[in-house]
Amino acid sequence: MKNKSLVSISDYSKEQYLEILNLAAEFEKNPVQDILKGYVVATLFFEPSTRTRLSFESAVNKLGGRIIGFSDAGTSSVQKGESLKDTILTVANYSDLIVMRHPIEGSARFASEISPVPIINAGDGANQHPTQCLLDLYSIRKTQGTLENLNIALVGDLKYGRTVHSLLVAMSEFNPTFNFISPVELRMPEAYKIILDRKGIKYYEHTNLEDALLYADIVYMTRVQKERFSDPIEYEKVKNAYILRNSMLANTKENMRVLHPLPRVNEIAIDVDSNPKAYYFEQALNGVYTRQAIICKILGVK
Amino acid sequence: MKDKTLSVSAINEGTVIDHIPAGQLFDVISILGLNKLETQITFGTNLQSKKLGKKAIIKIEGKFFDPDEINRIALVAPQAKLNIIHNYVVTEKRVVEVPETIVGIVKCMNPKCITNHEEVTTQFTVIDKKEVALKCHYCEKITDRKHFQIN
Repeated sequence: MKNKSLVSISDYSKEQYLEILNLAAEFEKNPVQDILKGYVVATLFFEPSTRTRLSFESAVNKLGGRIIGFSDAGTSSVQKGESLKDTILTVANYSDLIVMRHPIEGSARFASEISPVPIINAGDGANQHPTQCLLDLYSIRKTQGTLENLNIALVGDLKYGRTVHSLLVAMSEFNPTFNFISPVELRMPEAYKIILDRKGIKYYEHTNLEDALLYADIVYMTRVQKERFSDPIEYEKVKNAYILRNSMLANTKENMRVLHPLPRVNEIAIDVDSNPKAYYFEQALNGVYTRQAIICKILGVK
Repeated sequence: MKDKTLSVSAINEGTVIDHIPAGQLFDVISILGLNKLETQITFGTNLQSKKLGKKAIIKIEGKFFDPDEINRIALVAPQAKLNIIHNYVVTEKRVVEVPETIVGIVKCMNPKCITNHEEVTTQFTVIDKKEVALKCHYCEKITDRKHFQIN
């Protein structure tokens, strides 16, 4: 992994996922160290994503590294019309690693091909966000003790949700059973079902949220957004059908945990927060350890 | 009585590309860069064809193609057939085959793809040869035959 960019979750093998997770577990025990002293990490956020940026910056700061960068393209030379290529080649002179978020899809792959320093993709439009996927894996393993043979319910927008697609690809290495719960308009695309068929992984599709909750080890929630519907009436019909409420958790498995990539809007009712099965805020904390692990692997310091 | 008149006159040495769908003629010309050739080129289009309804044919004097070069037209004319001509005689017949990867030529159909925003050469993996579905190396979206736009 040393000096290799991380653009897409499929850039890593199953063994490499596990290597990252094991290192992240070490950082969880000992998150403050001085091992990145002398390193400069650039965080280039061409569109704002406060949560992701702060998580990366916290990860670097806790390990003694320095951060340079911008949090919004409006405050950088991009506004003057500079190309992505020029920005990357310039910033690469000042840093050992570039973390970038960009609204254009494929921008991180392109950057990784022209940059002399490694790139970590922190989200390229609706395409990929591999560090989110790795922190999801970390959270699943931590709460379940294993990644193998789990029952995973993916809920909400399964058509456009990039986090569920990456999670599906990564988890398919660990023989899961999937339950897909979504409105008809936002069903899991065929391309991903083909991946599962080829690997002989079982999956079931539902439109009713409560159907699949009883068997789930992990319930992964995403938001159903109004703008995804071609017909506003369809949205009105389904908008309240995919809200998780505390009362629905009553008969679920003891080990079951609710995950969400955040930010949440209303798809998880507030009354779920105090349920011990709610795990989304801890999940965000796990992001720091996972990113520490990824950064250290790529810089070759661990 | 059989009409022996050729709609497009014969060539002495070179390549004949037959069975091009009539609507794709100009895409084939642009993919092969025929507009930059100096040799004699004749073509006919909207010719009757049992297989294609209306077909086009191109005859290129003094030009022979590498398989890599010619296979690129499989994107728009998968049924195209090549006749290699020496001294007015067909010496070899070839069919085109969809390649594994496509560099350049096709535009990614995703308007949010980096290749539509910066000077980046497009690059695709062919994930379905029959339907000619292309997966973009950059944005990972699929461009299918219905959405082909030749660069």
